[in-house]
Amino acid sequence: MEPRTLFDKIWDSHVVAAEPGYPSVLYVDLHLIHEVTSPQAFQRIRNRGLGVRRPDKTVATMDHVVPTVNQRDPIADPATAEMVNQLEQNCREFGIRLFGIGSPCQGIIHVIAPELGLTQPGLTIVCGDSHTATHGAFGSLAFGIGTSEVEHVLATQCLLQNRPRTIQVRIEGRLLPGVAAKDIILTLIAAIGVGGATGHVIEYSGSAIRSRDIEERMTVCNMSIEAGARAGMIAPDDVTFQYLSGRPFAPSGKAWEAALNGWRQLQTDAGAELSRIVELDASVMEPMVTYGTDPGMGIPVTGLVPEADPRALAYMGLRAGQPIMGLPIQAVFIGSCTNSRLSDLRAAATIFKARKVHPGVRVLVVPGSQEVKAQAEREGLDRIFATAGVEWREPGCSMCIAMNGDELLPGQYCVSTSNRNFEGRQGKDARTLLASPLTAAASAVCGSVADPRRFLQS
Amino acid sequence: MEQFRILTSRLVPLPAANVDTDQIIPARFLKTTQRAGLGRHLMFDWRFDSSGRPRPEFILNQPHIAGARVFLVGGNFGCGSSREHAPWALADFGFRALISTSFADIFRNNCLKNGILPVVVEQAVHEALFRLVADNPSVEVTIDLTSRVVMLPAGEQAPFPIEPFARQCLLEGMDELGYLLTLADRITEYEKARK
Repeated sequence: MEPRTLFDKIWDSHVVAAEPGYPSVLYVDLHLIHEVTSPQAFQRIRNRGLGVRRPDKTVATMDHVVPTVNQRDPIADPATAEMVNQLEQNCREFGIRLFGIGSPCQGIIHVIAPELGLTQPGLTIVCGDSHTATHGAFGSLAFGIGTSEVEHVLATQCLLQNRPRTIQVRIEGRLLPGVAAKDIILTLIAAIGVGGATGHVIEYSGSAIRSRDIEERMTVCNMSIEAGARAGMIAPDDVTFQYLSGRPFAPSGKAWEAALNGWRQLQTDAGAELSRIVELDASVMEPMVTYGTDPGMGIPVTGLVPEADPRALAYMGLRAGQPIMGLPIQAVFIGSCTNSRLSDLRAAATIFKARKVHPGVRVLVVPGSQEVKAQAEREGLDRIFATAGVEWREPGCSMCIAMNGDELLPGQYCVSTSNRNFEGRQGKDARTLLASPLTAAASAVCGSVADPRRFLQS
Repeated sequence: MEQFRILTSRLVPLPAANVDTDQIIPARFLKTTQRAGLGRHLMFDWRFDSSGRPRPEFILNQPHIAGARVFLVGGNFGCGSSREHAPWALADFGFRALISTSFADIFRNNCLKNGILPVVVEQAVHEALFRLVADNPSVEVTIDLTSRVVMLPAGEQAPFPIEPFARQCLLEGMDELGYLLTLADRITEYEKARK
């Protein structure tokens, strides 16, 4: 038997048909839906007189445009209300389970699917959102698709796909205190560039990956797309299985034992063919921050802005040679599918506890789901945030994509735990600096880009 | 989907590399439940200033590009989000083909599903095309999908890669869902075998 990668094993077991001269037809185990990329897909299947083939494998939520304040009030913006209404109607009409506004399970799609136990090893998972790569942290093959492909999956539960190649990223060494999973992925993208993994999936391995908990693994896999990768995957292990055990949609009883047996096979074999191997040393990594207008333009927080694309530097109002630390900021956003889970909020709380947000800095903390919010409140994190002067919000994509009114004013600098710092991403002419929750919280307290390590207990 | 066979057109040059889908269509324009009419939002923040006035120096605002259907763009074009609104905006604006040294994966797939042909050429050809259009903005190229070549004004031919099935869909104006639906029985067999 030829040695195969984790990716190969999942791909091969999901091919429905592979005719010569045609892309492979890949079966989709789990189709995740949100309100922005689905309306046109539902309209098209309705117009063609088609139904949804497997509503039982389809789950929807509302995240991109939902308000994060007074979320259950009637929606003021007509365009937002229309998108929300269409998803509600579509789910009702086609029999799709919807965790919408008002549901205790509502939240960012890539936060709720894992916490519900929907995301499992060995599955193919798709969604009309590029950060679907997040679910690869469980050893699934998960990738983003466009609205036409959403239509295809609704109608046939399948997709036509050309097989990508595999890059292995091996990360060894122990992360130092104050250095987070977010810093790992920002380091990688800085190293290989925003097109570095185009045409490939990334498999992450090594001791620095194995020692990450499941939420940290999700942070790493989430931003694989920012290096151009279709998907990012981490083979499942006891960390994965312990997380999944007992979750609402995870198998239980005999089915759990059977599932575990299958999941334990989901490893990359020695000698499997890889397109490229990238090796990184976690022990030399530092807290990172981006200075430019793509996620690859990152430096250690102690670093100097390098010579870079003049357009990017002009947009960001920065000069080559200037230290990034100490740059005054006007806002901090802790949230997004990258970093809005309980461990992210706990990390931020360790810095906000008994401290105050710097005057003049607006800080939004947006939990990734109703479940995360409830748990954070049980632990008193919301009180820590409130005392510090942080705005504690309701779940949604919020200021990551700025479609719901949570946005920056032109020219404002924001240290953000989200995943994209493109021009205009968080508001027209807004200036995003991507970082970990620790770095973001430290910066909020200092009023400028700050090194979280100065806040560590000695 | 409109058929694509042979296209002769002037070029609209945009050399910037890594133009992401937030630039192609900002998120605030995604609050639509339609596919049509997005051309007016194409590259909105590069085309218009904060007061909504067209920036005269930006290529998409220059009168001479009217009728040009080929967008000559920088490497890694379309990186970022999976939003299919990006090719919808490009198509609605009038583009039928893009030429670059590379395209982001999801964006490239989305283009093919909307009758837009993403053409990858070698760096030398890419640079030559930018020089040609700088010297003469009315220069034309011919993109021949049947033989998979770009024909340059002086007669050189640059071949470009495209998967056979994607090419067939464009040549015939066929959408993939039609093919997938013919496989319904195979899908059922697969589902039964998995149980």
